[in-house]
Amino acid sequence: MIRRLLSDDLPRDRWLALALIAIVLALAAAPLIAPGAKALNVAAKMLVFVLLVASYDLLLGYTGIVSFAHTMFFGIGAYGVAIASTRMGPGWSALAVGVVAALAVSVLLALVIGLFSLRVRAIFYAMITLAVASAFQTLASQLSALTGGEDGITFKLPEALTPAFEPFDEPLLGVLSIDGRMLAYWLLFVVVAVAFLALLRIVNSPFGRVLQAIRENDFRAEAIGFRTVRYRTASNVIAAAFATLAGALLAIWLRYNGPDTSLSFEIMLDVLLIVVIGGMGTLYGAIVGATLFVLAQSYLQDVMRTVSEATDALPLVPVLFSPDRWLLWLGVLFVLSVYHFPSGIVGRLRERHAARRDGP
Amino acid sequence: MTERTAVPGAPPAPSPAPTPSPAPPAASGAPDALPATRLDWKPLALLAAIALLALPAIGSPSTWLTLTVAGLAMGMIVFITASGLTLVFGLMDVLNFGHGVFIAAGAFLATTVLAPLAPWTQADSLASNLAAIFVAMLVAMAACAAIGLAFERVLVRPVYGQHLKQILITMGGMIVGEELIKAIWGPQQIPLPLPQALRGSILVGDAAIERYRLLAVAIGLVVFVALAWTLSRTKIGLLIRAGVQDREMVESLGYRIRRLFVGVFVAGSGLAGLGGVLWGLYQQSVIPQIGAQVNVLLFIVIIIGGLGSTLGCFVGAMLVGLMANYTGFLAPKVALFSNILLMVAILLWRPQGVYPVSNR
Repeated sequence: MIRRLLSDDLPRDRWLALALIAIVLALAAAPLIAPGAKALNVAAKMLVFVLLVASYDLLLGYTGIVSFAHTMFFGIGAYGVAIASTRMGPGWSALAVGVVAALAVSVLLALVIGLFSLRVRAIFYAMITLAVASAFQTLASQLSALTGGEDGITFKLPEALTPAFEPFDEPLLGVLSIDGRMLAYWLLFVVVAVAFLALLRIVNSPFGRVLQAIRENDFRAEAIGFRTVRYRTASNVIAAAFATLAGALLAIWLRYNGPDTSLSFEIMLDVLLIVVIGGMGTLYGAIVGATLFVLAQSYLQDVMRTVSEATDALPLVPVLFSPDRWLLWLGVLFVLSVYHFPSGIVGRLRERHAARRDGP
Repeated sequence: MTERTAVPGAPPAPSPAPTPSPAPPAASGAPDALPATRLDWKPLALLAAIALLALPAIGSPSTWLTLTVAGLAMGMIVFITASGLTLVFGLMDVLNFGHGVFIAAGAFLATTVLAPLAPWTQADSLASNLAAIFVAMLVAMAACAAIGLAFERVLVRPVYGQHLKQILITMGGMIVGEELIKAIWGPQQIPLPLPQALRGSILVGDAAIERYRLLAVAIGLVVFVALAWTLSRTKIGLLIRAGVQDREMVESLGYRIRRLFVGVFVAGSGLAGLGGVLWGLYQQSVIPQIGAQVNVLLFIVIIIGGLGSTLGCFVGAMLVGLMANYTGFLAPKVALFSNILLMVAILLWRPQGVYPVSNR
């Protein structure tokens, strides 16, 4: 049963399996364990990032395509929900229309960009997407009538997902008081879980095998008889669709969307960091990486502030450890992990396991 | 790599423009005659055509002259910064996503150098103003060349031939570099005022032409001529062009292409630093994000020009500069996207850029 659900792609390492189970259980129970606003926000952000990073890993880790336009699709999803909800008024139909319209736009855009530039080499695609993404960001902030410009859009959700909604008159089992915010969180959880399993299914299908063959040696894959352009484009479109879904979830959770929350290049860098640190080419890396990263992002700055204040007397050190410079250390970590740790946490754990099994 | 015949001798054009592939009549002609390369005039004609077509669209010749000079100045600055990038790519197949760091470093160094030189820049004498700027340029070039040397040694060298890692590593270098700049100079915008005598405009007929733009065009022309001369008239230039055409052949003739490449990388970084000074003075202020912003522009330029082609880079930079200024006057909203539209149009015409390099 579990084997089928995970598409025969088990964690293959005891520690990894334990970590994954712990993370999934913690995320599932987050509203019950830590009902505070900040903790729940952190958990929701993890969920969104798990899906976003997993979809990016389909591109980078499985197909070997570097795209810098992934946040563009993320943003389209978020704007789709936000615009539909403001135009049509809060409601489930608005959410549905927003998500479907955003998916259509993303798929079309991914198809066009893919057919246009995936024929050529990886490097070319990376540059084109960088340019397209920056143009899209400008477009989103210029079309202020539609997108709210730099200010973004604040919108309302269907009543069942608002904090004021209380489905039960009295606390469940006497202690649990369920509100709409928790329901929204669990909606995110279910969607992310289903989408993640679907992605797992995709990468472990024959189609996913072809993608990996293209990643390893596209010339050979072409020689065997696969149309690499079609497979690359398909991978691009699927990844874009899942990123759009992640964006829609982000907007649902925040009840707000603006250029900085979903389109900014910083998010793209975060996604790159998570994929590399978690492990390229393993979807589980997305779960582990996103959890560690969001935790670090939310709590590392506090640690750095302490270090910075403790080393106040020294020259330069407090500047380097000031909480605003946390990206510096993540950048260093990123470079080091690409060199010395290219398979990421998950890949390393799996390698260790394989070595032990095949060893004496 | 595709099978190609080695070109006996180098084409006399100042660019690594492709020689017309097999030349059948070579055997029947004089044995020592080199196969003549024709300069592909169409992109240059396009440049002229755009400038001429803009004249009736804009209407007034004086405005047109102002805009054209502004476009040429911007194009020259962009060319100076992009030339290193395209040469590095052409010669060693390395695309440096961290090129923007050198631009930002150059611009920030200029603020540091010009501050104590205030007596020179405030003086109402062109000579001392220019002296101050040249000192800033020299310092920025030297410092950026040194940074480039370290960048190549630490970040790029371990990942030769691995495109995916190159993109990730150089991107990581970009993040770290930008954060270091923020740590040293602070995250805020720093004004970089023009020296006294370079402010304001001179009148040519009715057209007001900013003095600084004339200076930028002059410096750009000097760099272009120096680069073209080095590439077409010196032994080093011969080796660089030969290396772009066929790296393995040059290596097998006994030249240390690695050392040549380091030289080109360092020179390209220095030029990027020079471009950063010019760009900062053009904007009259610098922000740490300048590198990332200009990077997108540079990618568009070298894609338009054909990856690896110096002449293409020049034409691409001019096209971008002119288009940005013309559309900025005719349709300001469109101007935000003029670069990307230009790129799409050019790629529809010539999918490998205006001057494709044959073995890419």
